Amino acid sequence: MKAHLLFAEADFNFGADLPPHSADLIQDLELRTLLDAMAAGDEFLFDVSARVLLASLTDPDDIRFRQDILADSIAEPQVIREMYRVATAALQDKRKVWGFFSSQQPTSVLSAAVGQLEVLIVRLRELRQIADEHAAKFASEGLTTLLHTLQLELDDEYFETLSHHLRQLRFRNGELLSAQLDRDNSGINYVLRSGSSRRGWKERVGIEPRSVYSFSIHPRDEAGAHALQDISNRGINLVANATAQSADHVSSYFTMLRAELGFYVSCLNLHDQLTARDQPTTFPYPAPWGSQPEFSCTDLRDASLALRADRVVGNDVDADGKKLVIITGANSGGKSTFLRSAGLAQLMLQCGMFVTASALRASVCRQVFTHFIREEDAEMISGRLDEELKRMSAIADDLGPQCLILFNESFAATNEREGSEIGRQVVSALLEADIRVYFVTHQFDFADSFHRQQLGSTLFLRAPRQADGQRTFKLVVAEPLPTSYGRDIYERIGGWLGEQPAGPTPPQRR
Amino acid sequence: MRDQTPPVLAEPTQANPEFTSLLWPTLTTSVRAGEPQDDPSAEVFVRDLNVSQIVEAVASEREESDLIARLLYHQAGDVQTVEYRHEVFRDLEDAALFEAAGQFSERMRQVRLHLAQLTKMSSRQQREGWFLDAAAIYCDAVRAFTKDLTARPIASTGLLSFRGYLTAYLNSDGFTVLATDTASRKADLAQVMYQVRIRGPRVDVSRYEGEPDYSAEIEKTFERFQQGAAKDYRVQYRTWPGMTHVGAQIAELVARLFPAEFSALASYHRQHAAFCDPVISQFNRELQFYLAYLDYIRPLRSAGLRFCYPEVTPAAREVFARDTFDLALAAKLVPAGQTVVTNEFRLAGPERVIVVTGPNQGGKTTFARTFGQLHHLASTGCPVPGSAARLSGYDQIFTHFEREEDIANLTGKLEDDLIRIQKALLAATPQSIVIMNEIFTSTTLSDARFLGEKVLAKVIELDLLCVYVTFVDELASQDPSVVSMASTIVPGNPAERTYKVVRKPADGLAYALAIADKNRVTYKQLKDRLTS
Repeated sequence: MKAHLLFAEADFNFGADLPPHSADLIQDLELRTLLDAMAAGDEFLFDVSARVLLASLTDPDDIRFRQDILADSIAEPQVIREMYRVATAALQDKRKVWGFFSSQQPTSVLSAAVGQLEVLIVRLRELRQIADEHAAKFASEGLTTLLHTLQLELDDEYFETLSHHLRQLRFRNGELLSAQLDRDNSGINYVLRSGSSRRGWKERVGIEPRSVYSFSIHPRDEAGAHALQDISNRGINLVANATAQSADHVSSYFTMLRAELGFYVSCLNLHDQLTARDQPTTFPYPAPWGSQPEFSCTDLRDASLALRADRVVGNDVDADGKKLVIITGANSGGKSTFLRSAGLAQLMLQCGMFVTASALRASVCRQVFTHFIREEDAEMISGRLDEELKRMSAIADDLGPQCLILFNESFAATNEREGSEIGRQVVSALLEADIRVYFVTHQFDFADSFHRQQLGSTLFLRAPRQADGQRTFKLVVAEPLPTSYGRDIYERIGGWLGEQPAGPTPPQRR
Repeated sequence: MRDQTPPVLAEPTQANPEFTSLLWPTLTTSVRAGEPQDDPSAEVFVRDLNVSQIVEAVASEREESDLIARLLYHQAGDVQTVEYRHEVFRDLEDAALFEAAGQFSERMRQVRLHLAQLTKMSSRQQREGWFLDAAAIYCDAVRAFTKDLTARPIASTGLLSFRGYLTAYLNSDGFTVLATDTASRKADLAQVMYQVRIRGPRVDVSRYEGEPDYSAEIEKTFERFQQGAAKDYRVQYRTWPGMTHVGAQIAELVARLFPAEFSALASYHRQHAAFCDPVISQFNRELQFYLAYLDYIRPLRSAGLRFCYPEVTPAAREVFARDTFDLALAAKLVPAGQTVVTNEFRLAGPERVIVVTGPNQGGKTTFARTFGQLHHLASTGCPVPGSAARLSGYDQIFTHFEREEDIANLTGKLEDDLIRIQKALLAATPQSIVIMNEIFTSTTLSDARFLGEKVLAKVIELDLLCVYVTFVDELASQDPSVVSMASTIVPGNPAERTYKVVRKPADGLAYALAIADKNRVTYKQLKDRLTS
């Protein structure tokens, strides 16, 4: 029996390492905010969501398989959450049972295994019941298969057989042992006993001053009892082993079911939050990677920002046919926000989720990379440009055709002329290797050199400044301009004197 | 660890020459330093200058790490205190005295550990034995350190007055009684021998009367259970004697078997409950500051790096340092066997501002950090990196190093930069020090020049000490108060760095593409890598 909710015919490998550079994605795209919303305070869901989100699918069919399940889940959220609750409860029950037996004694192993199976079977019955009640409501391949399998494999006769074995195994339990202790507390002269009375009867008789003092170990002294049980009960080792293995099999089914359902529960959590904040969501269309790049969106928002900020501006971008998108313009103008929204949407699309937009269609890439401006390398050994280029070099180790890479103010740790030159060299090499590039830059020299090439495959977006000096946060298609707005900000904040001039300030959120 | 006051009150000592503190020349400053502080490790300059790395490395593994960190994070407050600490440091440069102080403090640490463990012991007999052991270590510590302090040449006011105190304490009645009693109780307990016999759940404890070794029979008994190659499920028990309830019960019975020895021990425990002298404990806590810092710089000195006691003057018009270096960086490079490049600087006459330009990765940031670190360390009374130095006292250090973009700050990075600079410049006074490292990189060259000039103009107007690292060459020749320094390169090999920052005009050289080549990300290199 398999859950198979993340792949039609395979388990999701939750033990796999995260793809290389995942830490960069998490940091640069503010994935924590998104994952926190998906987790809704549950560490386990956070972990599951992170693993699924970062392990991008590359086949549009695989993506649609999950989209279908998620659509079913959104239609019947309480059924999905109930199944998740059952799987979670099963594992909790199991852990509680295990908690009483921390030693490696066969008696304990057997007893624990039987205890686990007893509680797990209760949960299996619950699953069967859910399948009986709700199987008809779902249309997705993944959920219908899962529920039908439950009905087929867990029929009433099977439950009868299980109960019988568990009663037999319980009968082996309950033997008691006594032992003597030596000076180093290791046991000698182990004796197997059928009763529990081991109290010395001569105690308390002596009245005169004594040269020998004595005491007895309490019959409930677990430390003493444990040391004896393993010896007298070696015979049950094999049975204990087999039973424990069975319990493991059942619980790993629940583990997998819980983790795979966990992803959809996380999506439901996110969906709830976005809906409550009145943010649009839609299932994006995954297009295969081809010679003509596809990326078009309507009202695309930064999902992480949408979860935090009160007012979020969406962007409409048509980058179909564009291999390079260069974003320039005003500082504080929404460049980074757009870049993040594009990166997030790509990741969300490629794990089968909805995106925060009213429409989105994009080519499916092999992997998403980010190269964002970073704080001064805390290790000090290397300077900033070197750090940036080292990161670029590390990314190049894993880059290849059909990848997407997002740059944010990269190669700016040197002067504009040299930063632009490095940028040009890097981007040109990437484009020629069938890699698509989004690049936020303030380096006019860099942006302008691509503009002057007049390539149809480059799109220029600009964060505009309105006549009053305010930013709109909404990007427009426009060529790069040879200036930026540092002077404006300087004047608006009143120079070093801090005297705010009259006039409106742009939307702020601290 | 919070400051630990020793248990209850000290035993009265007869002679008690004046000893106030190893850290503060007068009581008033000592009181001032005792005030609770905000978390200084969160301050901007502490992070930017990697002062937190230094403090962490000096203090973290130490007893009294909180006290040490507090002293390293905060200015001593006045020149007198700085000099008071310099004197103590100089005395402790004597290797034999340093070692003796280390042994003393290690013994005192053992005493404290012992005493701390007492509360966790539920068995009275264990507690009393452990307490006796603590007192024995304490007596050793006091005797040995008094001898060492007398044998070594010392000159500092702090150590001299403590030696006077300690000598008087050693000869006091209180200590003499403690030492004699401790030796007697130790001798008593060394005579006690007993045996325990356990049968089934039953444990017999009696005086030892010469029975032969029983272990051979035990081994024989074990054998009968080892039938076949079964997996070994035995649980490991804590070894006897230990802290188990069984051990405790046995100890209690032993005490009944040897009533004279144990009642003497019990009254010893009552009589000497507060054997630790609070002044000695306080001295030991304060000593940790010196030991920790000297331990930290010792390997650096072994590697040939110099430390000196700087002349610190409030609002100095002339500052300099020779053969100086970034302490945090050196502490990383030296253990890795790497060379530490030293630098020097000097500001005299009208000169107040150092503008650092030159190739990236040439040591500019490190130079800027060094300048700030040096001033901070000097203000704490510690020896500083360099063969000689004169430094300025100051009210505050303001630093501005680049921050990561934060999604919560929707106003954008540049505005954030400007607001932070604005805050610093508004708070700065002519007694402040400002260190700025390549700000405005997220804007255009012309904006960076405009804003850089604005910052420098304000800095010059304030007439404060400043190091300004920038890629905008024009800023280096703005005013007579500005000194231009630049990182240098190895001629003919631009990718190799000297990490030397020297006084010279900004020359416009930057070697970004050489760095790109080194990292294999030029166009040609990337093409090869991505198609192979």
